[in-house]
Amino acid sequence: MDKPFNNKAWFLVLPVFILVAISAIIPLMTVVNYSVQDTFGNNQFFWAGTEWFVEVLHSQRFWDAFLKNIAFSATILVIEIPLGIVIALSMPKRGIWVPFCLVLMSLPLLIPWNVVGTIWQVFGRADIGLLGYFLDWLGISYNYATNAVDAWITIIIMDVWHWTSLVVLLSYAGLVSIPEAYYQAARIDGASKWKVFRYIQLPKMNRVLLIAVLLRFMDSFMVYTEPFVLTGGGPGNSTTFLSIDLVKMAIGQFDLGPAAAMSLVYFLVVLLVSWVFFTVMTNLDADAPEKGVQD
Amino acid sequence: MFELKNISKKVGDGYHIRDVSLRLEKGSLNVLLGPTLSGKTTLMRLMAGLDKPTEGDIIFNGESVLGVPVQKRNIAMVYQQFINYPAMTVYENIASPMRISGLSKSDIDKKVRSAAELMKLSEFLDRTPLNLSGGQQQRTALARALVKGAELVLLDEPLANLDYKLREELRVELPRLFAETGAVLVYATTEPHEALLLGGNTATLSEGRITQFGKSISVHNNPVDLSTAQIFSDPPMNMLNVKKSNGEIEFEGEKASLPQELVSLPDGNYKVGVRPHHIQLVKPSEDTLTVTAKIATTEITGSESFIHIEKSDYQWVALTHGVHRVDIGETVPVYLNPSDFFFFDGHDKLVASPARLQGENN
Repeated sequence: MDKPFNNKAWFLVLPVFILVAISAIIPLMTVVNYSVQDTFGNNQFFWAGTEWFVEVLHSQRFWDAFLKNIAFSATILVIEIPLGIVIALSMPKRGIWVPFCLVLMSLPLLIPWNVVGTIWQVFGRADIGLLGYFLDWLGISYNYATNAVDAWITIIIMDVWHWTSLVVLLSYAGLVSIPEAYYQAARIDGASKWKVFRYIQLPKMNRVLLIAVLLRFMDSFMVYTEPFVLTGGGPGNSTTFLSIDLVKMAIGQFDLGPAAAMSLVYFLVVLLVSWVFFTVMTNLDADAPEKGVQD
Repeated sequence: MFELKNISKKVGDGYHIRDVSLRLEKGSLNVLLGPTLSGKTTLMRLMAGLDKPTEGDIIFNGESVLGVPVQKRNIAMVYQQFINYPAMTVYENIASPMRISGLSKSDIDKKVRSAAELMKLSEFLDRTPLNLSGGQQQRTALARALVKGAELVLLDEPLANLDYKLREELRVELPRLFAETGAVLVYATTEPHEALLLGGNTATLSEGRITQFGKSISVHNNPVDLSTAQIFSDPPMNMLNVKKSNGEIEFEGEKASLPQELVSLPDGNYKVGVRPHHIQLVKPSEDTLTVTAKIATTEITGSESFIHIEKSDYQWVALTHGVHRVDIGETVPVYLNPSDFFFFDGHDKLVASPARLQGENN
């Protein structure tokens, strides 16, 4: 008998549903569960309502860390995006050096966070690190373990070293997709190098740059490993970003309730800012496809 | 006047352009006709000054322009792809070359609006190119070339990426629009019928050489050699090797008598070219060469049918009007009239073309 509808589809969706449940929904709901309850161990829970959220949003500690995150992400974006574009522009478009450059650019991306952290941690040490020793020899006082500015600079350099390549590769992909005829047309018009960049390369790259900005923002806003490996959030609280504070609160102090509330706020902030970024940048991109005829 | 003097472009060991000489008059329309990779784009790049020839000279208004950089040459170029500044509006795109040359604002505005009028872009001036259809994008690029007042306008297969109807429309408008500017217009295409429809002059290009240059219709009717005939025929001209003796030709055992004007050809072997529409499936009243051939495939376009036929090692295409129902694999007689034949000698040079076309030489 032919049934136009049956429930077979559920069986096909089930594996994906189970996977997503295990990997995302269940952990998230656990966090939600913790964020509205209080526990003193022994698996005893007491309803706390929005108490933890109120506490987190009113705590100076949270906003300090939050501001550090904002400052860090902003600095990273301001450095990495222009630097990545400049490097991409100076890479060869064809020839035997292309694969060489691409591999060179991909190398930092292949190194795990904590290894990058360790590399720079050792590199920057004044007693045995090449960089630290050299700076010391030059008479520049540099010590990330005691000086907050040095610690910040080190973390920023780490991130730039680690992730500028991503911006380079994305920009490069955008650049090589520009047909040669555009450059010819610009030459015939007598356009300067800057004008070629401003009116051809940049508009043609804006989509990949949008992705680069989004990825770099999300990633840098969730910075954890580098400051953790370098100084564990110090000196003092100078590199205690939200993620580090969160771990301290949850695992160090075992304040599960406030930590859960904080991680939810943290998650929502990343989501919200990414969404704002995306909407603003797609609107700036005047070529909204729904407006006109596409072919 | 724009003149190429024996220019060549050597890349590595091979020539991309070999010993090309051309004289193009002001206000003339010149078609570069050749298959893909025949060197049309390379030649255009040399004309524009985007590349330098390895040999030869380029003369513009009596002076060599080889040393003049491309942005100072006052040329315009339109490509097969629709090339516009992506972040600028249509208005700004059309205005861009004039902005660089420093015209006054009101002059620019006037020119942009009149070009937009001609190209039917008036209502789209505030849009960016990606919000336009392909045809409108290409018209923007053409408008930009038009307002520039360039002395040399290079159009590199400008209509190839457009749909059929737009192509027809623009093909009619283009020569007229640019003729008014008095520029030397060069138009590259792979399509023989486009060269004929545009009129003007045609230079046929084969493997980097100009095989012939002259009025489009006369190049078509009297190609100097085999490769020109092949380039200027779509579908390709059908070839057969014949033996001429006395007043007769012989092909694969079949014989036909020649028309009066061809009897005087020296006896011997010739390559013969026949245009697809001259292979007839219905026996005509005249005396013809009758060949039995096998039908390989047929393509029916509605008003016309292309019938691919095979005869020993020869593969021909017959173009017939109307829809013909023939069975694939069937053997049918086809009729070739010797007065439609183009005769080529052993060096592929034309020795005789159909008599009725010779009057149209000039």
